[in-house]
Amino acid sequence: MTETAVPPALAEIRDEFLELEQQDRLMLLLEFANELPELPERFQDHPDLLERVTECQSPVYLFVEVDDERVVHMHATAPREAPTTRGFASILVQGLSGLTADEVLATPDDYPQTIGLNEAVSPLRIRGMSGMLGRTKRQVRAKAAA
Amino acid sequence: MTVEVDSSERFAGYANPNRLVTTEWLQAHLDKPDLVVIESNEDVLLYETGHIPGAVKIDWHTDLNDPVLRDFVDGDAFAKLMSSKGIARDFTVVIYGDKNNWWAAYALWVFTLFGHEDVRLLDGGRNKWIAEGRELTTEVPQRTPVEYPIIPRNDHAIRAFKDDVLDHLGKPLIDVRSPEEYSGERTTAPAYPEEGALRAGHIPTARNVPWGRAAAEDGTFKPIDELKAIYVDEAGIGAADDVIAYCRIGERSAHTWFVLHHLVGIPKVRNYDGSWTEWGSTVKVPIVQGEAPGELP
Repeated sequence: MTETAVPPALAEIRDEFLELEQQDRLMLLLEFANELPELPERFQDHPDLLERVTECQSPVYLFVEVDDERVVHMHATAPREAPTTRGFASILVQGLSGLTADEVLATPDDYPQTIGLNEAVSPLRIRGMSGMLGRTKRQVRAKAAA
Repeated sequence: MTVEVDSSERFAGYANPNRLVTTEWLQAHLDKPDLVVIESNEDVLLYETGHIPGAVKIDWHTDLNDPVLRDFVDGDAFAKLMSSKGIARDFTVVIYGDKNNWWAAYALWVFTLFGHEDVRLLDGGRNKWIAEGRELTTEVPQRTPVEYPIIPRNDHAIRAFKDDVLDHLGKPLIDVRSPEEYSGERTTAPAYPEEGALRAGHIPTARNVPWGRAAAEDGTFKPIDELKAIYVDEAGIGAADDVIAYCRIGERSAHTWFVLHHLVGIPKVRNYDGSWTEWGSTVKVPIVQGEAPGELP
């Protein structure tokens, strides 16, 4: 069995959400949506490098790099008209980037269900974030092994 | 009806032109005290990024669905929702949203289950309003709560359950999903999450008319002649007066319900909201795969 631990940045994000009332949690998610960084230029001309997250209702794409030090760099893009999806991607980008591959792989799969958004956003939509996390871990596993 | 109807020529051919308003009309009537504008989207946060001034948000999932039962909210919860949004029973409600009013039409259908009389759609929805450069705001209106009566939901007239569909077989059925879902290649809309159906295909004899075909390029509804060519002629409804529409969870087919009943003018149209996620997981109901509607069992 793999040991799991919530990385500190994700734990901090979770606690930020849990401290808020339901409506304010939505506004915090919107802040995350607005903070999603643009894709680095080298990806903007290479949509083929990006993986589509089919669990999400809106077109969201992600790409993960693992560098020589086994540090993970995560990139994601989703349209402005899909702020919920952008918010989910932004949380993962902020929470996972800079961690080692092993730390990313140890992140609990149920993290999206623990940040207090089930009621405000609905469990159906939270599934999209679980899909993103699953695909991120799969890319990290493949690239860390390479 | 409390607020005058939009008598735009564009709606003249529709069966119930009073169920639509243009963006121009809405702009001119935004300050009417007995008119409430509702935004209803697929994305639960899109309203927060900017909405029509004065509009309130109603989310199809968190506001209109029961959190425990697979059902809509009951009369008590609906009354509380209306009250909290400052909507009185005799107010005019105009609903709009993203994706050609997909979720707005669903909300309108649920309002109709509770018999809210004057509920209309903004033709062209959110995109048309934005495309025309009209004002958006992030300011959430503070509406004063009002009394709204507790009305028992009336499922009989416009909602079909699985047994109703079994009894209906032989009369027109419209499957409004994508061709891939209809043929049985897949159980979810392309690029949409898996929502759990164990078998793929369609209900025998159902004709496939993907819901989006009712919308023109700019997101408005197509003119009546084009709608009749699609539904009455091509989908073979003909002179029938009793039609059931379904999709995967009943949202896309709520849009088609609006088109068939309010625009084309078919007297009895029911939306089977159990749709494919129920039918495709039910033991021993008949299913047809492939592009042809198939025969009655």
